[in-house]
Amino acid sequence: MPAATESLVERCREIVEDLSLGEVRRWKEAHPGARAIGYFPVYAPVELIHAAGMLPVGLNGAGDRLDLQYADARFGSFICSIVKTTLEMGLTGLLDPLDGMLFSGICDSARNLAFVFERNLPGKYVDFLHLPQNPSSAASTEFLKGEYRRMGDALEKLGGRKLDDDALRASIAVYNENRKLLRDLYGLRAASPHQVRTSDIYLLQRAGNFLPVETHNELLREGLGSLADGEAKPRDSVRIVIEGAFCEQPPLDLIRLIEDAGCYVLDDDFLLGRRWFTGDVPAYGDPLESLASCYLNHSVYSSVRHDFRNRRHKLLVEKTQRLGAQAVLFLIAKFCEPAYFDYVLFKRELEAAAIPHLLLEFEEKAFTFDRLRTEVETFVESLLFD
Amino acid sequence: MGETQASEYRGDIHRQQRDLMLRWYQRLEESAHGGPPAVSLMISGNCVELLEAFGAVPLYPEVNALQLAIRHQSLDPILAAEELGYAADNCAYVKADIGALVKGITPTGTELPVPKLVLCNFVGCNTYVKWFEHAAEFQNAPLAMLDVPFLRTAEPRAEDVAYIVCQLKEIVKQLEELTGRRFDYDRFREAVRCSARVEEAWSRIKHLARRTPTPFDAYFDAITLMGPLYVYRGSPEGVEFFELALRELQEKAERGEGIYDQERFRVVMEGPPPYPFFRTFRDMFAAWKATAVASTYSTVGGLWEFGFRHDPDHPFESLAMHMLAHNVTNRNYLQRYDQIRRYVEEWDADAVVIHFVKSCRLFSAGQGDMRGYFTQQLGVPTLYVESDLEDPRYFSEAQIRNRMDAFFEALEHARSTGTLHRGVAAIRHAPGGEIAPAASDRLKILQ
Repeated sequence: MPAATESLVERCREIVEDLSLGEVRRWKEAHPGARAIGYFPVYAPVELIHAAGMLPVGLNGAGDRLDLQYADARFGSFICSIVKTTLEMGLTGLLDPLDGMLFSGICDSARNLAFVFERNLPGKYVDFLHLPQNPSSAASTEFLKGEYRRMGDALEKLGGRKLDDDALRASIAVYNENRKLLRDLYGLRAASPHQVRTSDIYLLQRAGNFLPVETHNELLREGLGSLADGEAKPRDSVRIVIEGAFCEQPPLDLIRLIEDAGCYVLDDDFLLGRRWFTGDVPAYGDPLESLASCYLNHSVYSSVRHDFRNRRHKLLVEKTQRLGAQAVLFLIAKFCEPAYFDYVLFKRELEAAAIPHLLLEFEEKAFTFDRLRTEVETFVESLLFD
Repeated sequence: MGETQASEYRGDIHRQQRDLMLRWYQRLEESAHGGPPAVSLMISGNCVELLEAFGAVPLYPEVNALQLAIRHQSLDPILAAEELGYAADNCAYVKADIGALVKGITPTGTELPVPKLVLCNFVGCNTYVKWFEHAAEFQNAPLAMLDVPFLRTAEPRAEDVAYIVCQLKEIVKQLEELTGRRFDYDRFREAVRCSARVEEAWSRIKHLARRTPTPFDAYFDAITLMGPLYVYRGSPEGVEFFELALRELQEKAERGEGIYDQERFRVVMEGPPPYPFFRTFRDMFAAWKATAVASTYSTVGGLWEFGFRHDPDHPFESLAMHMLAHNVTNRNYLQRYDQIRRYVEEWDADAVVIHFVKSCRLFSAGQGDMRGYFTQQLGVPTLYVESDLEDPRYFSEAQIRNRMDAFFEALEHARSTGTLHRGVAAIRHAPGGEIAPAASDRLKILQ
């Protein structure tokens, strides 16, 4: 890997692994009085936060770097790790730099978390967005615009600053740029998976959770430039698509392991909310209309967004075939009910299309992967030598 | 520990309830043979009134699933579903239903129809959406979504109501096409009027449990009444049944009859019951002559004891309000704390029992925090036990019985030393001595 890429990726890793949100603290010191708003996965309309002069901060759990002292007792058995580590971060003061938290109804556990948060962290702005699950209704866009307006009003109250349409259009434009750079990065990997490591682009992407979008855009441009210059020889590897890790994130070592065991990852759904739209959101006209209408009609498919016009199990097969992938690897967080439900229909559809697949279960806090390594290696061998 | 007492009251309502539910299964069988159209619905904040307007019969997968569990028939279909790829951690209600579909098992042995429409009334529970998506897939039936915004503000917003009313009217059109029947607006209003009467009777029944002793158990007996409440709410049969139930229980209350010769403990129940061990679980309470005076589970389909009624003058809007704000599943988690707190205060309870259900994260995620709120902040004795509502593999009888016995023994000791308080007094005795603010007060301040 070129030295430039290596140091950039290393810088991103430090940002991502800093549970005390150092980047956010520094940003707040540099912008006295400005607010930072955290958001729980998967998607949040970050443009509104940005246009209000605030820093949106994407939270994806604490990985294996935080022992649970309090959150386990509040959430109990059979609940996924990200719900607990996020609450633990709140209860132990790690989220103190944040002035507010946004949640949406991605699953029943995350929804209850919003309100447990609310009770346990008094003084923070905690809001819950209802993102519509029926995009085919004539009333959906109007409803979502109203929901964004409600959230915008709350942000205005919190920040003491008017949220105007020009600022929102400018924010849409700068996030369009961010999403385009990420699409380019994903495109580069899909075209030359031997040249771009998934674990690297994962870190480049995830660092954006803690940085102002303008800074992240520069970082991504730098990353794209140095990755495109890289030289590496193709290996004997299996071309796969990863599905199921849209909320709780797999440990970085597990992502590396999958690659090292002989997989070229052509697409994944890690940090899916950062690449939520299939194209640009119009940065002209009524900005709330643009954001709402794109959410309903131009979003990527996801286990947490239901659109019965376009069934996601068909879309997974279509994507796998379009990318020329040989197999699908399901990477599902323990106790993640939406991913486990979708797996059943995904599996049926993949089997009908004769696409091989493997299911791996992970926990963000896991740090030994011997069993998983054997499973991936066996799967790769079966595909390479059959 | 005391002797286990017979806890079950058997009146006319039990016989009628059984007849009504059997008749429902007969209607479903008729539907399978060209009779009335069937439409799948979820229990939570359901809109059964809309179906009445088409003369359609509701098909409730949850009722089928719980019927399988209570008849000890849920494990086979659960295993069949796991063979299809469902995980150990998926809701076992869904697994039992899908497994039963695939294996052709029905709770009463009667045939079930393929619904004309799988109508996913998404009221709170995310798992519903997946469930209905899968049910439609496995039955090859059309699927529609009725998206109900979660109650994230203290009161529903006008935008929420408008969004639901628009969707209800879109579903009316879709049902007209699918059933070939015209939407009968008068019949719809009549159904809403029936619902309001049923709700009035049901609410008065719930309020009978405020008396000491309570004439019925607002968890175990309430569940018996819940089947007719969902299937027949919008029909004259429903009105007749619930008005009879009210009369019967009122007479019992007036005679001063409780469930036991002497009621010893009054508890509020949170969470669904362990259907595969329904009787066993009930007996554990009976052993201590403990009765449930209120329960959150009996408000899944609707929460009427605080005053809400459907309104025949605004039928669509009142359906929307019911789905948005007047059922436990679409209300937010802190509003549930407040609901339980009101039960403790106004229904004169000694304690809260939380039944953590592995399958249902809507109910269970965060119940540790809920327990903290009641024990630490309010000073109300709270028991927390874990099992499942459908999967018999997650019921540990000895463990639950031990916890239950230890809990009631402690309550008995507290009573003998004068430290067990009931109702409002239970909350005034919070450790800090101060009266704690309601959990959702901050939420109201924010808005």
